[in-house]
Amino acid sequence: MKFARVHGTVVATRKYEGLEGVKFLVVQPLDEGLKPIGHSQIAADATAQAGPGELVFVVGSREAAQAMPVIFVPVDLAITGIVDEVDVDHGLRRTQPTAIWHLPPEDED
Amino acid sequence: MYIGKVIGTVVSTIKISHLDGRKLLLVDQLDLLGNETGAYDIAVDVVQAGPGDTVLVIDEGNGARQILQLDPGAIRAVIVGVVDEVALST
Repeated sequence: MKFARVHGTVVATRKYEGLEGVKFLVVQPLDEGLKPIGHSQIAADATAQAGPGELVFVVGSREAAQAMPVIFVPVDLAITGIVDEVDVDHGLRRTQPTAIWHLPPEDED
Repeated sequence: MYIGKVIGTVVSTIKISHLDGRKLLLVDQLDLLGNETGAYDIAVDVVQAGPGDTVLVIDEGNGARQILQLDPGAIRAVIVGVVDEVALST
């Protein structure tokens, strides 16, 4: 799952069967620093409670449809939760991984 | 699967039922040398990992559903191991 910001709503009256009552929202994908990356996309709202301005997380590909009330629906991006809090330790970014890393010996010329 | 580094936690109250009671961690994807690639995931943790840990992440829906015993299950990324050691030959 990735972060996204809800930017708007999409209304479609005529939809494929199984999508009745599903709300579609315009979302901007975000990187882990919550900065926009790439183009806006349309996501189905599996929480049914997200709205413009909110920070959410989304799941893509086949798993998106699995979040919906009817799972065999043509959906490839779904909002699966509304974010309350992100707690990041930026100091960890600069640290070496905790695992022991044995790198291949460098070639000696 | 890929190796990642847990750098934080994500808290959510309003979420789909598949995520009820699950711990969500923010994971930076690492390359084979242990450097960050810039990619990340919000992953479900099933091995009691925590910030700072080097972890093994599966990013595939069928495996995730099997581990979490969900059907349907709208989850892809699951932390399935804490990595102790990586050894690369040439």
